[in-house]
Amino acid sequence: MTVVEEIRRAAGDIPDPEMPALTIADLGILRDVRVDPTGHVDIDITPTYSGCPALDTIREDVERCIRDQGYPDVTVRVVLSPAWTTEWMSDAGRVKLREYGIAPPRQQVFDINMLQLAVPCPRCDSPRTIEVSHFGSTQCQAVRQCAACGETFPHFKEH
Amino acid sequence: MTLVVADAAAVYTLRIADDCLVLSHRLAQWSSNAPSLEDDVALTNIALDLLGQARAMYARTAELDGTGRSEDDYAFLRDEREFVNCLLVEQENGDFAATIVRQLLCSTYQLAQWHALTSSSDEQVAAIAAKAVKETTYHRDHATDWTLRLGDGTDESHRRMETALATLLPFTAELFESDSVTESIAASGVGPDPTDLHRHWEPYIHRVLSDATLVREESTWTPTGGRRGLHTERFGYMLAEMQHVHRSFPGATW
Repeated sequence: MTVVEEIRRAAGDIPDPEMPALTIADLGILRDVRVDPTGHVDIDITPTYSGCPALDTIREDVERCIRDQGYPDVTVRVVLSPAWTTEWMSDAGRVKLREYGIAPPRQQVFDINMLQLAVPCPRCDSPRTIEVSHFGSTQCQAVRQCAACGETFPHFKEH
Repeated sequence: MTLVVADAAAVYTLRIADDCLVLSHRLAQWSSNAPSLEDDVALTNIALDLLGQARAMYARTAELDGTGRSEDDYAFLRDEREFVNCLLVEQENGDFAATIVRQLLCSTYQLAQWHALTSSSDEQVAAIAAKAVKETTYHRDHATDWTLRLGDGTDESHRRMETALATLLPFTAELFESDSVTESIAASGVGPDPTDLHRHWEPYIHRVLSDATLVREESTWTPTGGRRGLHTERFGYMLAEMQHVHRSFPGATW
């Protein structure tokens, strides 16, 4: 494993402060890792939402993690372009999210007919769910309810 | 007075940042006071998005104006006359209808502006806008849903919506005014011509209001001055409350 791969794996395994079941690699927040010949590490992260309050914590977590790996000289940069999208969430991340009780964002497979797929209930898998509130406990989540089992659950909004 | 391009861009980004910050603070005042739990969460979520947008635009302003000021310096250490937000965002929350009308008028304007800024010649601004467009689309949807529900709702909700419209609509003229700053940023490709924004804003507002059975009263009163630091009376009170802790305990952390 190269140094870059090693650092990318270590930083990528850091849990998200608001959804600790997922890592920042699962979410697609970790954008780039570079190491120059002097051993200086540059890491790019990107926010999910402009005002995401978890970002400062993530930045500190990444810095601490890289220093603990034996690279004291580290710079974490917040990059805004290209803007983060839920399409960057890994398949593993989507599975973990669902197991955690949060319906994952729907993937845009094709949208020729503007087809909007159902959001299945993470508890009973029924597609008969409705949006209760477009805004939830964090900026990235909406609240839905399942008509089949009655469960109220968060949905990670497509963004 | 003709402004050099970099100065105009800095003033322009500061205007957008101030709009976002002031509206964010107004919406945050609903925290624990909204008519339902869902809307408490919705309004404060929108406030948080706006705060994030403000922070990004203050950071860009600091690069453009060369002062190296921090986001906190802009938010907490400027006086009323140094804020260049539009008058609409500083208007008091009023009842829920007034907040929804303000949200509809503001978010429709902001969405048109962020859309235009995604192709800004300033790459940083374009990157901030790409993110903000998605967020502001949700803000406008939220305001639209409530406008339809309250406008085409009961006699009481309809009456309150029309009262709010009559109070707030005059403040929208200011949004589309041109001055040396907007002329300069339109010429350099940093931002849109305000009249182009009005071309997007007007048909949307017209459609939503007519679907909501709301009638606009024509008004010849067009208050202005926010972009030059001349604000309405209530803004000073809001600012005093917002800045009090930061100024009373400089450098405090927790």
